[in-house]
Amino acid sequence: MRLSPRTHVPRWLTPFLAVLALGITLALTAGPIRLAGANPGAAFNYYLLRPLTSSYSILEVFLAATPLLFTGLAALVAFRSGYYNIGGEGQFIAGAIAATAIAGALPGLPAVLALPIGLAGGALAGAVWGLAPALLRVRRGIDEVVTTLLLNPVALLLVQGLLNGPWRNPDTGFPESAPIPAAYELPRPIPGARLHAGIIVALLIALAIWITLRHTTLGLESRAVGLSPHAAAFSGIRVERTMLKGALTSAAIAGVGGASQVMGLQHRLTGEVSLGFGYTGIVVATLAALIVPAAIGAAVLIATITVGAESAARALQLPPQMGRVMTATLLLVTVCIVLFRRYRIVGWRRIFRRRT
Amino acid sequence: MNVVALVAATLVTATPLLYAAIGEVITERAGVLNLGIEGTMYAGAFVGFLAAFHSGSPWVGLLAAIAAGAAAGLLMAFLTVTLGVNQHVSGIGTTLLLIGASEFTNRLLFGSGTLQQISKFSLLFKGVPGLEMYLLTLVGFAVVAPTTWWVLRSTGAGLRVRAVGENPEAADAAGINVARTRYAALVVGGMLMAVGGAFLTLAVLGTFTLNITNGRGWVAIALVIFARWRIWPAVAGALLFAIVDAGQLQLAITPAFAGVPRELLIAMPYLVVIGALALAGRGLRYPGAYLKPYRRS
Repeated sequence: MRLSPRTHVPRWLTPFLAVLALGITLALTAGPIRLAGANPGAAFNYYLLRPLTSSYSILEVFLAATPLLFTGLAALVAFRSGYYNIGGEGQFIAGAIAATAIAGALPGLPAVLALPIGLAGGALAGAVWGLAPALLRVRRGIDEVVTTLLLNPVALLLVQGLLNGPWRNPDTGFPESAPIPAAYELPRPIPGARLHAGIIVALLIALAIWITLRHTTLGLESRAVGLSPHAAAFSGIRVERTMLKGALTSAAIAGVGGASQVMGLQHRLTGEVSLGFGYTGIVVATLAALIVPAAIGAAVLIATITVGAESAARALQLPPQMGRVMTATLLLVTVCIVLFRRYRIVGWRRIFRRRT
Repeated sequence: MNVVALVAATLVTATPLLYAAIGEVITERAGVLNLGIEGTMYAGAFVGFLAAFHSGSPWVGLLAAIAAGAAAGLLMAFLTVTLGVNQHVSGIGTTLLLIGASEFTNRLLFGSGTLQQISKFSLLFKGVPGLEMYLLTLVGFAVVAPTTWWVLRSTGAGLRVRAVGENPEAADAAGINVARTRYAALVVGGMLMAVGGAFLTLAVLGTFTLNITNGRGWVAIALVIFARWRIWPAVAGALLFAIVDAGQLQLAITPAFAGVPRELLIAMPYLVVIGALALAGRGLRYPGAYLKPYRRS
């Protein structure tokens, strides 16, 4: 029995592997859940199914999926062009800071101007935050993983410095900014739900990326650079420039995500604007195998687990951190399982033959 | 500025970075970027605390942390060596898993209530100004760093580690077991990272708090590149980082710097490392098989 490279991927294989990965994840997490004194079946019901059974909690799932979709798409775009942007967290925070700054500087704008300017400011700030690592990579060949990563704590410190200093809320004295003007608040189309228009922005970005990657020269070049920079250079693609575009687009998307979180949900800047969304975005992109439509599904799946973990914590006294354990387990199981998209096991039938 | 306090603070801050950076040098020299470092330190801190809490001895805590670090190294090795999965994603996933699992267990056993204190390691040379330090600090600088340097440079084991990190095909042809060598490097590296994390709970704090490692693993990753994968520059980098860090604490209580935001001073070390990387530039020579899985063809 050994592994042999696949020549083609059968149609049934990818959905089968996805189900298999989820099954293995449940099997692996059932033990800790039982140790915590909860029934695994009941817990999985809370994590995966119950959030999708009421219209209110479905909308909460979509709300939780919104920042993950932004950061997931950011990671997807970068990884597709061979640029390992681990700095989505910092770029997300930079976008949140920029949206708050614009709202504070231009309080009198009408909503038709305020909304696009706020989101564009977030995109610009994200790109600026990602610019130095991207330039260091393409101009000087410095591995981007470390530089993008190290700017994450710097962004967090910047938020804390602003909130403890000049932006501290003058009315409450809390380390949070004053509320943004109402014109900057993204609309909430469904009465009584917190879901905001940020998810529409994220879906539009997903559509744009999907079309770009599939149907444009830039998308083709980007994928070529991601698959093999040497081959891409050999065929005349300007690798550095293409990778730079991918890196900055990625950072900008993460930045819009930060702006959307401030303008849509929080309506002010706090130190907890990102709950590790940048890192979870890497999980989303990987679970989706860097496929755009699958990223939407992956973001919703992780959001379901997140929302479910909170309600399971109340109902089953199961610590909510189980949601993060399950997400990380799912990621690691998936990266193992997807190997079967590239390799197949040959000779396994022989084992049965020998026994009979 | 109080020099004695500065030295003491520098040594305390440098110790976890020293262990973590040496561990990471070993894994990267063998060709594996271990981004699981932050989670491995976190798990080392938590498991060390947990074992010390139940046994009453920080030594038991240290042993448990080392075992946890070895397990974390095995997980990374299984993913990146046996399966050849993308090293960035494996590392981030390992970190997320270990932090999540530590916080889950912590919440389960201790709730969200008051912090539990353990009996922690005591200071050596107590009362001697400028020499007060923990045993782990002394061992780190005087034993672990020179030993690792010597092993990597002058022994067969060190040569095998460097060979599989530079050119696994050639190493394989020369009869070196690439997978086994990388497994060993990741396990030993994971143990050292976990000791770095456990130092925080077993020596410095005497308790476990959420977010205890606070990005120190990422700093260690930066130090390794800053040091160009060599032990002594990594030690120097850890000390430099710690001096800047201790210095900012001292500066913050100096009246002349009262107006400077504390956060800017804390961010300085990260920016210094990025600046240093930018200056080193193309002169950096990564290990030949950096980020590359090896599979016999």
